[in-house]
Amino acid sequence: MSQEKITLEVFRFRPEQEDNPVFQSYEVPLRKDWVVLDALNYIKDYLDGTLSYRWSCRMGVCGSCGMMVNGTPVLTCATFLQKFAPGPIRVEPLSNFPVVRDLVIEMTDFMEKLKKVKPWIIRKDNQEGPEGEFIQTPSQLADYKQYSMCINCMLCYSACPVYGLEPGFTGPAAIALAQRYNMDNRDEGQEQRMELLSTDDGIWQCTFVGECSEVCPKNVDPAGAIQRYKVAGATDWWKSFLMPWAKP
Amino acid sequence: MKKHSEPFWWTLFGAGGAVSALFLPILIFLTGIAFPLGWIEVPSYDLLQKWISIWPARILVFVIVSLSLFHWAHRFRFTLYEGLQLQNYHKIIAIFCYGSAIAVSVYSFYVLI
Repeated sequence: MSQEKITLEVFRFRPEQEDNPVFQSYEVPLRKDWVVLDALNYIKDYLDGTLSYRWSCRMGVCGSCGMMVNGTPVLTCATFLQKFAPGPIRVEPLSNFPVVRDLVIEMTDFMEKLKKVKPWIIRKDNQEGPEGEFIQTPSQLADYKQYSMCINCMLCYSACPVYGLEPGFTGPAAIALAQRYNMDNRDEGQEQRMELLSTDDGIWQCTFVGECSEVCPKNVDPAGAIQRYKVAGATDWWKSFLMPWAKP
Repeated sequence: MKKHSEPFWWTLFGAGGAVSALFLPILIFLTGIAFPLGWIEVPSYDLLQKWISIWPARILVFVIVSLSLFHWAHRFRFTLYEGLQLQNYHKIIAIFCYGSAIAVSVYSFYVLI
């Protein structure tokens, strides 16, 4: 029985040998149970060992294998080849990021932004709870759980037109993660984070396009997180405007 | 917290969005569909004049007009910035957008109240 095939047009950029990126076509078996990442692994193993890309867990947890597939940012481990039959399928590195090589992007900017929003529990007294642990009820957990599902895959940055135009923008995942800690009842760092995020590069740059939430593979809804943050930011602003004597 | 005006404009934008989403479809339905098609009898000019002469109606119309304008101003400002890539003119654009919203609001205040 002859195996059905599908063509992958893969973005190649090898800085030592070419000034501009090119597309290279590969024919891979079109198997029902194969995802785009399987096809890339097949290329690497059997057709062209020089292809570079990131991947790790193959199960939508590590967030490494995000790429543009036919123009949409997706986790390649969760995107079936069958969906694009008869092809061809165009595979490119995540947009809005500089390309290091082939499908590998430079993520330093994202890592810096992530650190900037202080995504950890901040306590004013630097103390732990009285019994050495913080008690949290299931409903208190539910308040922030959705935002804690982020796997830092950067699909939302790739989908965000504002980030594409304004590289200074803190961006969807980092703001959603800030909100995750703000809404955690053990955290007391809201003020510090608001200071960082109520600036021009923070929440106010978002124009609520909403693509970040569309492409998020974990249903984190960063767009929703940012809008809630704006409401909190606006409330703070009006309070400090109407009652300048009151402490925030 | 650092003082800047963005939360102020955003509040007006948000309020304008809510108000226009609530009231504009009703107004469009009445004046654009129901009256022309004769589904509802068109109120006479005198009757409308009487309705608008009561204070709550005047304030309501002013709020709808003014907040909708601020909603437009904020959205149009970002459309020009990012849609047309005019970030270099951000000051002029902001003054033009919010300025027109303020000017027309002041005019409608003058006419209505």
